[in-house]
Amino acid sequence: MTKELFSILLTAILTQNFVLAKFLGICPFLGVSKKLNTAVGMSAAVIFVMALATAVTYPINKLLLVKNDLEYLQTIVFILVIAALVQLVEIILKKYIPALYNALGIYLPLITTNCAVLGVVILNVDEGYNFAQSMFSSLGAGLGFMLAMVMFAGVRERLESCDVPKFMQGLPITLVAASLVSVSFLGFTGIVENIFA
Amino acid sequence: MAKLTKEFSKGIIAENPVLRLVLGTCPTLATTTSVESAVGMGLAASIVLVCSNIVISALRKVIPDKVRIPAYIVVIASFVTIVQMAVKAFLPSLDEQLGVYLPLIVVNCIILGRAEAFAGKNPVLASAVDGLGMGVGFTAALFLMGAVREIFGAGTFLGTGVPFLESNPMLIFILPPGGFFVYGILMAAVNRMAEKKGKPRAELRGCEACPMAQSCALKKADKEGAN
Repeated sequence: MTKELFSILLTAILTQNFVLAKFLGICPFLGVSKKLNTAVGMSAAVIFVMALATAVTYPINKLLLVKNDLEYLQTIVFILVIAALVQLVEIILKKYIPALYNALGIYLPLITTNCAVLGVVILNVDEGYNFAQSMFSSLGAGLGFMLAMVMFAGVRERLESCDVPKFMQGLPITLVAASLVSVSFLGFTGIVENIFA
Repeated sequence: MAKLTKEFSKGIIAENPVLRLVLGTCPTLATTTSVESAVGMGLAASIVLVCSNIVISALRKVIPDKVRIPAYIVVIASFVTIVQMAVKAFLPSLDEQLGVYLPLIVVNCIILGRAEAFAGKNPVLASAVDGLGMGVGFTAALFLMGAVREIFGAGTFLGTGVPFLESNPMLIFILPPGGFFVYGILMAAVNRMAEKKGKPRAELRGCEACPMAQSCALKKADKEGAN
């Protein structure tokens, strides 16, 4: 049981990294990774919202949608629940935990339309995970997002001081750099299966 | 009429959502491993884009300004669900290829972006044409990416073998790194062409391009951080 959960966690972080292998959450990955501190703040907020969204959508899906044969409403219900949830969290944090709000709050509205959050929720349903498995998979997805963001922020900080050919400057070189970071993650292929073999 | 032609053609080249506005990057990278799935994704998103543009434009005077984003999301999500059910019923192999990216059309920035920037302010016909143009531009860009990746990565084009490359495929092109790489190179080529014509290069506008930019404080924080 624990073995299985850890296997799900590690798969989501390393071999099936949300950003670098599944291409979910590319916008913040390219847009917010310029500086290390914003990258960390954004990823922390993503982890938080992913875990929360999974914890809330799992019972809704199980008790409301599946029971009443309404699975086809998943997309609509999930996106609305996530949007409402993010708003609610923002209001609560602002009022009761201002310190946390100052650290994460500014990233919250951005996350509503982030495909990584909706993606993890839908993937959990598609995989048929139970509650614990869903939570671990979301946690892994969030941590994987953070790992990719932090690594890439480092790469981009070094890129700033590089002499890049004119036609590659800006976005093209950033994408090629992302490609190289993604190659490094290919190296993890098969590692999870072997650890738990 | 001339105005409508302009609305249509701007999405294809001058304001191509993928190659000029840098929107919808997730499906662009994820579904272009073959021409078939790339075009399938492009068409599915285009249908949603045109339909949601029409409905949002028709409802633009009814939807209160304060709740417009959630209202747009509901409209878009409804059309995504319809497309998802249609694809599942009639094209099950495409459904398998697109997987989770089919429901994720909901959060495709192009669609919400057009709703916010165009359909919420313009009459129905112009919005439909705008959506159609953007959809064609999106599909064309995806087709281009899918063709490059399939030809080099699998040595085939729409399933038929390409001489020489068929026996020597460069697998990396259809793996995730290849997606970033091909997108980067395409971007460089498009920037080069744009510069020759005296147009600005496509920049990653990150926040400004995001339909949530107005309600989001990240932009402000970024500015403060820069000071």
